Amino acid sequence: MQQAEAIASSTAQHLPLTQRTPFKAVQRALFYLMMVALGLTFAGPLLWMLSTSLKTDPQVYTVPPTWFPNPMRLVNYPEALSSRPFGTYTYNTLRYALGAVAGALLSNTLVAYGFARIRWPGRDIFFIICLSTMMIPFQVRMIPLYLTFKNLGWLNTYLPLIVPTFLGVNAYYTFLLRQFFLTIPSELSDAARVDGCTELGILIRIILPLAKPALAVIGLLQFMFAWDNYIGPLIYLNSEVLYPLALGLQQFRTMFQEELMWPYMMAASTATVAPVIILYFFVQRTFVEGISITGLKG
Amino acid sequence: MAARHRLGAAKMLQNWTPAQTRNLLKGLAFISPWLVGFAGFVLYPIAASAYYSLTRYDVLRPARFIGLENYVELFVKDDIFRTVLGNTVYLVVIGVPAGLVVAFLLASLLNREMKLRPLFRTIFFLPVLVPAVASAEVWRWVYNTNYGVINSVIKSWGLAVIPFISSVELAKPSLILIHVWTQGTAIVIFLAALQDVPSSLMDAAEVDGANALQRFWHVTIPICTPAILFVMLTGMIGMFQYFTIGWLLTQGGPNESTEFFSLYLYRNAFQFFKMGYASAQAWILFIIILAFTLLIFRSSARWVYYAGESD
Repeated sequence: MQQAEAIASSTAQHLPLTQRTPFKAVQRALFYLMMVALGLTFAGPLLWMLSTSLKTDPQVYTVPPTWFPNPMRLVNYPEALSSRPFGTYTYNTLRYALGAVAGALLSNTLVAYGFARIRWPGRDIFFIICLSTMMIPFQVRMIPLYLTFKNLGWLNTYLPLIVPTFLGVNAYYTFLLRQFFLTIPSELSDAARVDGCTELGILIRIILPLAKPALAVIGLLQFMFAWDNYIGPLIYLNSEVLYPLALGLQQFRTMFQEELMWPYMMAASTATVAPVIILYFFVQRTFVEGISITGLKG
Repeated sequence: MAARHRLGAAKMLQNWTPAQTRNLLKGLAFISPWLVGFAGFVLYPIAASAYYSLTRYDVLRPARFIGLENYVELFVKDDIFRTVLGNTVYLVVIGVPAGLVVAFLLASLLNREMKLRPLFRTIFFLPVLVPAVASAEVWRWVYNTNYGVINSVIKSWGLAVIPFISSVELAKPSLILIHVWTQGTAIVIFLAALQDVPSSLMDAAEVDGANALQRFWHVTIPICTPAILFVMLTGMIGMFQYFTIGWLLTQGGPNESTEFFSLYLYRNAFQFFKMGYASAQAWILFIIILAFTLLIFRSSARWVYYAGESD
């Protein structure tokens, strides 16, 4: 009784404070509850993929679904991946992705330097033309490109997927690098010029060492684009020995779909997703920073 | 007049120093990879595509000039094309704002003081990293009518299953849901914009008696409008070209309810080998994207707030 009174009186005395604190705490709890619910919803499909990839056949068909298969069937992975040349698909993807990354880095560095660090008449007009190409949908160029590559005898090779990157065709990368180059003080270049350094020398000795984070972002974006790209390989490649993972995964599907082998399909999907996610964790910081730079300057 | 022009030109030439010529050559040398790429892989294809759009061309025989016949056929005779236009506009008009709103709300949540923020940020970002082909397979399994994660729970409750991608009504919303799931890039862009909202402005609004919702609506959102414009534009341009997941997951069906612009274009070009007809579609797509871009830019003067401007 006494205790209750004491509490009541203290409540009356500090009404604003005590009213606030529990309210805030409840608000806080609700907030975290919502975040966890949202987090689980967003992670759901990937967790579902991972979970299914470890299931036995009966576990797949339980209603309601099990999230933690017991026992876990790890052998789904080797069994699924060996039923198609998964290693070849991966090797093909890496080969063409790394070629495209090399191309994008080399060409866009040069072009962005020309747009950012040298003052020449007509530069801004060319830059605007370059930027406006971003608005052109790929579909407009797709058919003539296909026909051109066909005439060149480049179909069923990686050349249509790699050569354009060496010619700085992706204006978005040029734009990103140019923005970054502009932030480097021009005094650095001027001093080097006075010392008789050529433009290429300035680019290699002064700009590039400072631009490593921006280059990392471009490299990553191009790598992920290549890993993800479906329509390019679909149009240009037709023999399976050349298939990258994007097309390879479809081969798995046609094979597994008939017999509803979901664990195998999810194992193959997980194996396709995993390398990108692992790579992301290594370079997370650079990557997120790079994207936010583009948004602000865009 | 002419004399003055000559004078101007002469003056310009006088001012044209050897250093400028040197710089011009240097500049052109550095951008030369792009000049070649632009001519070969952008300018020529655009011109060629414009020409093909006026021809009948099946690759085997040479292109035959037919004027505007392809365009007339698309708009007058082709019923599928009309459905395709409707589907695509639906996808853009519903899907882009849906993705944008979800991304902005998630970014606002992430912007609050909290524990485990990097973990949550990573979770919301992760779907962007999933290659579209894998994403299609994962969602095919999630949406499965019998044993998918949602429907098997619904079944265990004894309710009727949801035919996500097998019904005409739900197929487009189901694809939009996948799009909403992959908003990581927009979230990161919004998060960066939100961190730039000056706290002095928020404090001032609070002193003036604005509640949290009012502050969000009248301070936070206006400050973030440049980022919103960027995400809206890139999202719109990307969405008009929507292909991979639709192509793999629903193949345009059921009943052409998910036959989008790029799918129909691809079919015409590479399955029916109607290259001229497909080129005409590509040009229509281009013009629609240009129109939407202009529309958004025009309207942006009214709703985008640039901190540097004085008014």
